[in-house]
Amino acid sequence: MSLSTQPATQPRTQSTPNAGISPSAKVTKKILVLGATSGIAEAICRIWASQGAQLFLVARNPEKLAAVAADLKTRGAAYVGTAVADLDDTSRHAELLSHAINSLTGMDIALLAHGILGDQPRAEQDFHHAAHILHTNFVAPVSLLTWLSNYCVQRRSGVLAVISSVAGDRGRKSNYLYGSSKAGLSAYLAGLRNRVDREGVTVLTIKPGPVKTSMTAHMKGFEKFADVNKVAQAIAKGIDKRVDTLYVPFQWAPIMWVVRHIPERFFKKLNL
Amino acid sequence: MPASTAEPAASTHSTASTSAPSVHSPFESWGRYPKYNARLVQLHWQSDFPAILAGSHEYALPVGMGRSYGDVCLLKDGVLLQTTGMNRLLDFDPETGVLTAESGVTLAQILNFAVPRGFFLPVTPGTKYVTLGGAIANDIHGKNHEVAGSFGNHVPCFELVRSDGTRILCSQRDNPDWFHATIGGMGLTGLITWAQLRLRPIVSRAIDYEGIQFHGIDEFLELKQRYKDVEYTVSWVDCVSTGKNFARGIFMVGEHSKVPGELKPSPDPKLVFPIDAPAFALNRTSVSAFNTVFFHKQRKAHVKLVQDYEPFFYPLDAVLHWNRMYGRNGLVQFQYAIPWEGAKEGTIAILREIANSGLASFLAVLKAFGDIPSLGIMSFPQPGIMFALDFPIKPGITFPLLQRLGDMTLDYGGRLYPAKDAAMTPRQFQTFYPNWQQFARFRDPMITSSFWERVTAEHSPAQRITETTGARPTV
Repeated sequence: MSLSTQPATQPRTQSTPNAGISPSAKVTKKILVLGATSGIAEAICRIWASQGAQLFLVARNPEKLAAVAADLKTRGAAYVGTAVADLDDTSRHAELLSHAINSLTGMDIALLAHGILGDQPRAEQDFHHAAHILHTNFVAPVSLLTWLSNYCVQRRSGVLAVISSVAGDRGRKSNYLYGSSKAGLSAYLAGLRNRVDREGVTVLTIKPGPVKTSMTAHMKGFEKFADVNKVAQAIAKGIDKRVDTLYVPFQWAPIMWVVRHIPERFFKKLNL
Repeated sequence: MPASTAEPAASTHSTASTSAPSVHSPFESWGRYPKYNARLVQLHWQSDFPAILAGSHEYALPVGMGRSYGDVCLLKDGVLLQTTGMNRLLDFDPETGVLTAESGVTLAQILNFAVPRGFFLPVTPGTKYVTLGGAIANDIHGKNHEVAGSFGNHVPCFELVRSDGTRILCSQRDNPDWFHATIGGMGLTGLITWAQLRLRPIVSRAIDYEGIQFHGIDEFLELKQRYKDVEYTVSWVDCVSTGKNFARGIFMVGEHSKVPGELKPSPDPKLVFPIDAPAFALNRTSVSAFNTVFFHKQRKAHVKLVQDYEPFFYPLDAVLHWNRMYGRNGLVQFQYAIPWEGAKEGTIAILREIANSGLASFLAVLKAFGDIPSLGIMSFPQPGIMFALDFPIKPGITFPLLQRLGDMTLDYGGRLYPAKDAAMTPRQFQTFYPNWQQFARFRDPMITSSFWERVTAEHSPAQRITETTGARPTV
């Protein structure tokens, strides 16, 4: 993992003043974003940036990360720090997270948005690819959340918002590797929530349906996918309201209720 | 058309993360004519092009929101590189008003950012749903042409990426030949990845508006003279009425209010034109009625009021997909700029021809272009009278009329606007734009458009290839 860090704004002195925001506005949020170049994460960050938030962004590709950071700074983020990191490398997570939180001088919200769709047909034949999907989408977030949840429990505050997927609600032949990685993540988050909620820590499981982003741009039906900005607005609102599970767009909640309740003896015959 | 050795999209896939995202999709221009199949590829990052075309031998064309009317944003059986995912704002300097942004950002998104900060677009067309890159590539103009010139006059610099991966920083100082070829270059010189735009300060959303009725071109020209110092001027003109109502219209002027007011961003539009209107919806009676109502909606000969900038600049943006009003066949626009020598005579002759045809719709716009030279060698604006009118497409009627109107424009020394065109002949285009062969040397060898193929069709493909390989980036 190449962990190079580059503050996108001036080195920080004590508390960053609330640039351009009226004094009556509440203290700006300090937000850590993992997988900041993902389409959904970037769209949520634009909302936070326009509210004057302080952001620390982690992503793998330095050029894309620099473009996202420049955009968020231009849109009004009070602070934008960045680190280039491959989050698959769990051995560096502790160092990365403590560096990020030091740069932010604290953390109110962590958004975990990194993940890969993978190649389902390939994963059916090639266990290494299957394991790669599970590692990126499940094992790596568990590593990050182990550290972050303990940090939050110690401070008895914080929101851990994690992007899972409707695909994790039931395995389907078209994407069950991606789906099972997200199912594992959703189950982990439910358990974590059960443990840390009483410690004042919010765990939010975000379950988007298909969204128009670069991850899905090659998929059939892309035109009909949900608009990323609407999805981002719903997620930002869900984080503010500290809900537990959030289907976005909300129509996916009843749809997935039905999908979960189809008896297996029928479900196994379907082409989904 | 270029020989297309189309490969299935999947063949470029190695893993999902490096695949070329693409979908076959009926990408329509705003006129919904012509209808061509193409492979639509979304660009999200400045580094996506040309990597996304690796291994492909298909011709490509960068496109934005598809608000050009004809085929300037279409490429039959080719690859359309849609830039709207590249919409990051990279820098803004409130001292100078210079915004640096990726080329897929729309003018609507720029306004949402700029207006609350007390800035406005230096030049805006009649819709805000166009991209920054598209605005440069068509060197669009607005109601303030006489005082501000066209869009390219407010673009200090941009980056152009060629299909061979060469990145060219373009400004009047750096690589000026590429700068002047790309402004108004219809996307053919390469992909504009990012650009700078000099915004202008405002203190309020409000526009101080005046509307004055006129009858005939002479009165229009008098008004133009009387209001020559006002920033925004445009006229609606009735193209249906004949006799004493011939060329009646409303001369509309506006200026940004100097009284400090609210600077909040605009709400999203709520109205959507839901379905294609049936073909008979627009006929001589309904259009004539519309024109009469529009003319008399303004009851007094002269009104003054303060209005928001949205209805002043973007009255049609309030209804998404208003082009569906013209039904499935779509619409074509006829838009000319005739130099002053032939402007009055030509305008009267063309308006008569249109009124006699009985084919006119509403939405006819008349305005004067000023003297500020456009920076593009293929830019449309030139000093004189500009006129634009939409026509519904009626088989056997519309295109012969456009042919006649195009030839009349040519006879009066004018030119038509590629961004609005679906009917120009090669002879017309090559006369309207005498720089076209000079421009062709800057075309990217992997980029073309259905428009370009159409208006250069009388030259053999081999000739075109030598034209385009002659130029080398001067970096």
